[in-house]
Amino acid sequence: MGSTELVFRARGLTKVYRMGEVEVHALRGVDLDLHAGELVVLLGPSGSGKSTLLNILGGLDVPTAGQVWYHGEDLTAADARALTQFRRTHVGFVFQFYNLIPSLTARENVALVTDIAEAPMTPEQALALVGLEQRMDHFPAQLSGGEQQRVAIARAVAKRPAVLLCDEPTGALDSPTGVRVLEVIERVNAELGTTTVVITHNADIARMAHRVLRMADGRIASAQTNPTRTPARELSW
Amino acid sequence: MNALARKALRDLGHLRSQAIAIALVVASGVATLVMAQSTYRSLELTRTRFYADYAFADMWAATKRAPETLAARLAAVDGVQTVETRLVAPATLRVPGFADPVRALVQSLPVTGVPVLDRLYLRRGRLPTPGARDEAVLSDAFADAHHYRPGDRVLAIVHGRSQWFRVVGVASSPEYVYQIRPGASFPDFKRFAILWTSRRGLEAALDMDGAFNTVALRLRPDVPAVAVARRVDALLARYGGVGAYTRSEQLSHRYLQSELHQLEVMALLFPAIFLGVSAFLLNVVLTRLVGTQREQVAVLKAIGYTDFDVARHYLGIVALIAGAGAVLGVAGGTWLGHWMSGIYRDFFRFPFLDYRVGADVVATGLGVSLGATLAGTLQAVIGAMRLPPAEAMRPPAPERFRALLVERLGLQRWFAPPTRMILRQLERHPFKALLTVAGLALGCAIMMIGRFQNDAIDYLTQVEFYVGQHYDIAVDFTEPTARAALFELGALPGVTAVEPYRAVGVRLRHGTQSYRTAIEGLPADGRLRTPMDVALRPVALPPDGLLLDAYLARMLGVRVGDDVDVDVLEGRRRELRLRVAGTVEEYLGARAYMRLDALDRALGEGALVSGAWLGADPARQGAVMDALERRPRVAGMGARMASLRSFLDTMAESILVFTLVTLVLGGLINFGVVYNTARIALSERSRELATMRVLGFTEREVGAVLLGELALLVVAAVPFGFVAGALLCRGMAVAMRSDLMRIPVHFTSGTYAIAALATFAAAALSAAAVYRRIARLDLLAVLKAQE
Repeated sequence: MGSTELVFRARGLTKVYRMGEVEVHALRGVDLDLHAGELVVLLGPSGSGKSTLLNILGGLDVPTAGQVWYHGEDLTAADARALTQFRRTHVGFVFQFYNLIPSLTARENVALVTDIAEAPMTPEQALALVGLEQRMDHFPAQLSGGEQQRVAIARAVAKRPAVLLCDEPTGALDSPTGVRVLEVIERVNAELGTTTVVITHNADIARMAHRVLRMADGRIASAQTNPTRTPARELSW
Repeated sequence: MNALARKALRDLGHLRSQAIAIALVVASGVATLVMAQSTYRSLELTRTRFYADYAFADMWAATKRAPETLAARLAAVDGVQTVETRLVAPATLRVPGFADPVRALVQSLPVTGVPVLDRLYLRRGRLPTPGARDEAVLSDAFADAHHYRPGDRVLAIVHGRSQWFRVVGVASSPEYVYQIRPGASFPDFKRFAILWTSRRGLEAALDMDGAFNTVALRLRPDVPAVAVARRVDALLARYGGVGAYTRSEQLSHRYLQSELHQLEVMALLFPAIFLGVSAFLLNVVLTRLVGTQREQVAVLKAIGYTDFDVARHYLGIVALIAGAGAVLGVAGGTWLGHWMSGIYRDFFRFPFLDYRVGADVVATGLGVSLGATLAGTLQAVIGAMRLPPAEAMRPPAPERFRALLVERLGLQRWFAPPTRMILRQLERHPFKALLTVAGLALGCAIMMIGRFQNDAIDYLTQVEFYVGQHYDIAVDFTEPTARAALFELGALPGVTAVEPYRAVGVRLRHGTQSYRTAIEGLPADGRLRTPMDVALRPVALPPDGLLLDAYLARMLGVRVGDDVDVDVLEGRRRELRLRVAGTVEEYLGARAYMRLDALDRALGEGALVSGAWLGADPARQGAVMDALERRPRVAGMGARMASLRSFLDTMAESILVFTLVTLVLGGLINFGVVYNTARIALSERSRELATMRVLGFTEREVGAVLLGELALLVVAAVPFGFVAGALLCRGMAVAMRSDLMRIPVHFTSGTYAIAALATFAAAALSAAAVYRRIARLDLLAVLKAQE
């Protein structure tokens, strides 16, 4: 991991939102730098602010205070239209519950992205990348959880995004299936050079990262660089 | 096709039964719009073409007897282009095997044989050979009703003399598009005919050699008709002219106009209701769809789809439903319009009918339906657009419920938990419940409109023909006659009562308003014909002054106590000023009444009568009519009940059809509303209902929770439906009223009962369809699925 090109730079990110009648302080001043090609694992218990941070980085949400730059461009100054354009061009998302469109087949779920991306792979290529070339015409309901998550990854990477943001990608999966999914993420990071952030509360997964950030109570509590990375296939929990 | 479009189609497939229900409601709205609009336009176009092709005159004037030489002077009047003089006389026809007398107008054809104005459209046969005195052309409605064909003979009593005519042709004319007897309230094809025959023959029959009694005029468009009328009246005054009139006062034209107006009202009212309801249904369905697809909306946005893309996606789904409905509606409306125009063509005796559905009508149908659905779904679509992508990833917070008002009052022990669920649901979503009630009420209201026509006509005939009229035979004299003639009538065997009347043509004026009508003079103590007030109480005739029909009073802008100017259009043609002494309530026509002796004094022509009403011994009614027919002064007569029966027969079929159509349409609305509401409630609450099933509640008990709420709403909607229906019918009656007819707003309990029962039936049907789905509820899948 030799590159030092800065992809994201965040300073003093704070997020407060209302949940019904309670005020939630999700982020309390987060500073963060992410480098090109890096695979970062974000660890932390539920409610520590991981997802909020990821959503802000991905342009899904805006901070209450603080700033984020993407390649030097201030995302916090961008309007909704610009954020949409940012997500469309640069970001791939993978969610814990896959969030596939149930009425579309695997191939069509990927096509949803390739229809609007600038220089995408074909849906077939993207699905081959995650090892699902045999199940392209199945609907989500006909796929296992792991398969659905791999479709979601194919959907996220089909546009060749600069950034892949995964929110608990293995959270709903058993261990062998989760490993299979992580292998795909690892491969995308290695082969496409996509800067990747994986959120998890599973400390084992941290061993595959270049860098591990631990979050607690809306702050980054610690950061460590793995001297040697463990390949995803050797992980288990 | 891109992936998002595919999603739209699949979502639609998933929603298909709801989508079909909504599309049908949209289709009904568009169909009524296209039907009424296209029929209206086609009739108007046909009328215009028929008037132009068959030279419908612009002005007519009747006199008692004017010399033919006057024609040249009429032609010289500035603004007159063409003059055609005629003889027109009342007659009675004898139809073998048909007991009732048939009243007719015999009208002369020009000496040349071919009319220049009000030309005849020959359906069969030919025009009479000029000079052939025994040849005649018969009006087509009458000929069809009695199966007359060219070559048949018909016996007419003209001016008291029997004469055989040979039918050489069957025709219609722009002058008699609406073939209604002057003075009648509705057409009766079996008992009214027009006979066109040669001028010379009729001159001889009427003792009118070298004279005419009616003139038709074609005017130059650049001269005001009022000015021409003044000159024509002046020329005809000394020959007993009764005032020139234009198309706006021509009987057939007026009826046609009023029918077209009613169509126009219908073309607005019905589509508005249906499209309003479909907008509501789409709102309900789309709001629900967007609600269940929060995560999907979020994913689309996370992937990089814009708010606009998302909006377009959902609007696309709506547009497909509305579009399918609109296309179906245009097709159905075209078919219905074609059918309806055919009915009108037969009724009005148009020789042809240009039925056309203009591109603009189709565009209006499509545009209005899309507009309505857009309006209905905008809120949900904007909701989807506004959904922040991160927010949408989180499940919606549980809705806040609270104890009911009744529970807070300490009445909770009266309600079992399922009942509390129903009531809390209603209290939690009052607006949704209100919209459902409104939709159902409109469906119920539409069903009332169908029956309303029936009620109104029943009530109208009851009032006009049973409460207000008690005579058996009406006799018209050819001209005002001395009262002594009454003794002769009273002496006829079988006659039990005789009451005279005097009808005089007048123009009533007040301020800038004027109206041509008749004043009827009635005996002070008459029983056979009694004007009534709105509460159906007989109104006593004042010793002096006029009783005006209330609608006529409003038209003229007069109140009781005001004076009106009266131009008498016949006899001595006096100009009078009479006081309005009271008003009467009538549904047909717009007349004025006076006491006979007061009218005689005002006219200054002595004690004259225009005809009489007779009471007759039912067994001898036929003999009385036979005897009357042979009297030269008797222009015609009619048995009251015969015409009424025939009228009701003609109406019965079309009313039945209309009632059925509105029942189906109203039922469709109710089915659509209940089905959609229930399906959505089912999907929104499937988790809750499945939980109940897991806890051990039976299908029936779970069904009761879901459908009980709807049953409450349906029951609550019916009274609102009654009110809405009554208001709609009143609105329709007000919009359609004219000087020719006012529709009474009157409902029978049967109408309420049918509307309520049909509403319940439609609701029960759709509830049954949804109930089957409760049985299929997949308990485990529902409980395992993420919120």
